[in-house]
Amino acid sequence: MTMKVLITGINGAHARMVALRLRARGCQILGIDRRPWPDAPDGVQVFQTDVRKRPAADVFRQHRPDVVVHMATITHFTASAEERLRINLHGTRLVFEYCHEFGVKQAVFVGRHTIYGAAPDAPLYRTEDEPPLAVSTFPELADLVAADLYAGTALWRWPGLKTAVLRLVYMLGPTRRGTLASFLDGPRVPMILGFDPLFHFMHDEDGVDAIVAAVDHQLSGVYNVAGPPPVPLSILARGTGRQSIHIPEPLFKYSAGRFGLPYLPPGAVAHIKHPIVVDASAFRRATGFEHKHDAHDVMVSFREA
Amino acid sequence: MTGLLRFETFTSRAVQERLARLELPFNQYGMDPFGISRKHLGVFYSMLEVFYKDYFRVQCFGVENVPERGAGMLVGNHSGGLPVDGGMVLASLFFAPERPRHATGMVEKFAQSWPFVSEWFSRVGQLPGLPEHAVRLLQDGRLLMVFPEGARGTGKLYKDRYRLCQFGTGFMRIALQTGAPIVPFAFIGGEEALPTVYHAKTLARLVGAPYWPVPPYLLPLPLPLGCEIHYGKPMHFEGTGNEPDEVIEGYVEQVKSVVELLVVRGCALHRERQRGGVAPDRGAEP
Repeated sequence: MTMKVLITGINGAHARMVALRLRARGCQILGIDRRPWPDAPDGVQVFQTDVRKRPAADVFRQHRPDVVVHMATITHFTASAEERLRINLHGTRLVFEYCHEFGVKQAVFVGRHTIYGAAPDAPLYRTEDEPPLAVSTFPELADLVAADLYAGTALWRWPGLKTAVLRLVYMLGPTRRGTLASFLDGPRVPMILGFDPLFHFMHDEDGVDAIVAAVDHQLSGVYNVAGPPPVPLSILARGTGRQSIHIPEPLFKYSAGRFGLPYLPPGAVAHIKHPIVVDASAFRRATGFEHKHDAHDVMVSFREA
Repeated sequence: MTGLLRFETFTSRAVQERLARLELPFNQYGMDPFGISRKHLGVFYSMLEVFYKDYFRVQCFGVENVPERGAGMLVGNHSGGLPVDGGMVLASLFFAPERPRHATGMVEKFAQSWPFVSEWFSRVGQLPGLPEHAVRLLQDGRLLMVFPEGARGTGKLYKDRYRLCQFGTGFMRIALQTGAPIVPFAFIGGEEALPTVYHAKTLARLVGAPYWPVPPYLLPLPLPLGCEIHYGKPMHFEGTGNEPDEVIEGYVEQVKSVVELLVVRGCALHRERQRGGVAPDRGAEP
């Protein structure tokens, strides 16, 4: 029987790639997004609605997906605090409740590694057991921390629903979409003078492969997902053809959003001072996932796209 | 960096040759998975080389006790008001006669908050002293440099020189958990090179450091006096790391007493050597 996969936020660049990858494997794809996908290919049915609105519940009710991949989350680069809370936390809550109510077999929450937060005394290679420090170090991520932890509660609330909470490192590559791509969008990259933290990122395609692997293996549990080892921000800037601008920390708030530098909320300072690096060995063991692109490939593919 | 400011300009030939033999998994950017950079190591060890060979004229004994490959935990005394002893221990391993090895120091956490110090310590593999780091590095077969006295050790006054402070016990649980051998060592000479007679507490608070050493000549810079490092035989302990505190404390005492013995013997030999009375190649390990 054809597996029905519902992808929320299907119009995101990475979500589309997941949709096409799963469709190529013979899955029937349903999608929910506020934005239209006018030329969606055959086998991909998109419902233009908000996951928090009534028609979304009806998609679950009428189509009874087997698997839900929840990718309808947003960051401070694109939305205000209220909207982030509504979409990230309330949206996640509704999606998981629908999963339970309408007999979904597996729910995959696609989250971010940044929830671990950056701090001078935080270890490199965070495991899934680590608490999410970002809730205090980076208030603009609090809604994503809450969504991640909330998704994880499905593991004990509804043991019959296989729930995979994936904490992916930054996805970067030819799509030029995602949090890190937004940070690297301009010609200049801000750095805090005297700090050069490791940045952990993976190729768009590897990230998509990992999400598909979680579906393939009917994964259940909380997993970090990463590709190649991290590289310092200075190398990332150079590798993507950007000019790094070293700003003394006290002056940083005056430069954000000016001089061709991206706007970053104050909480983001810790994230360009200290590393967030994750240990993804549990995911590799559970799925046999191997990344195909090293850090150099990722940076070149982003630069040349 | 370009032109004269290239990292390579500041890397000595001896260091370059040893870097090529260093067994760290550098990628095409010269970075290892823990963020250690080959270029930064070049400058770092070239700088340490000057202090090791010319400034402190360090004499190292028993470095063959440090395993040539695989995990090991170097445990020793802090000596002197600044952790230059750590730098010299790193140099003694990098410039070891047989194979160069790189050890990761378990650094006080405040260092990561300081600009440039944070960046350089990260690039030369001197990481915050967290149990997570220690376990991961040892499981990866690396050398760890531990001063169980912590900041208490470097912060002691000249009148308390070579008197070991209380040892923390965390290192022992990690050694048991990972099965890593402990190589005890003594660092001699640092207390004379930077004798602390007073702690400037306000200044320390201002810069976020645990203490600020003030020597009789005021500027906290070590004097160019000869130093010695004495490595003892590796110590192996059996266990899981989950033993009760009293068992762990017993093991820690064993390590501490060996370090103490190396310190006492090392000091005696160092004094004699300064008077020209001992064969120059005699170490503290019996």
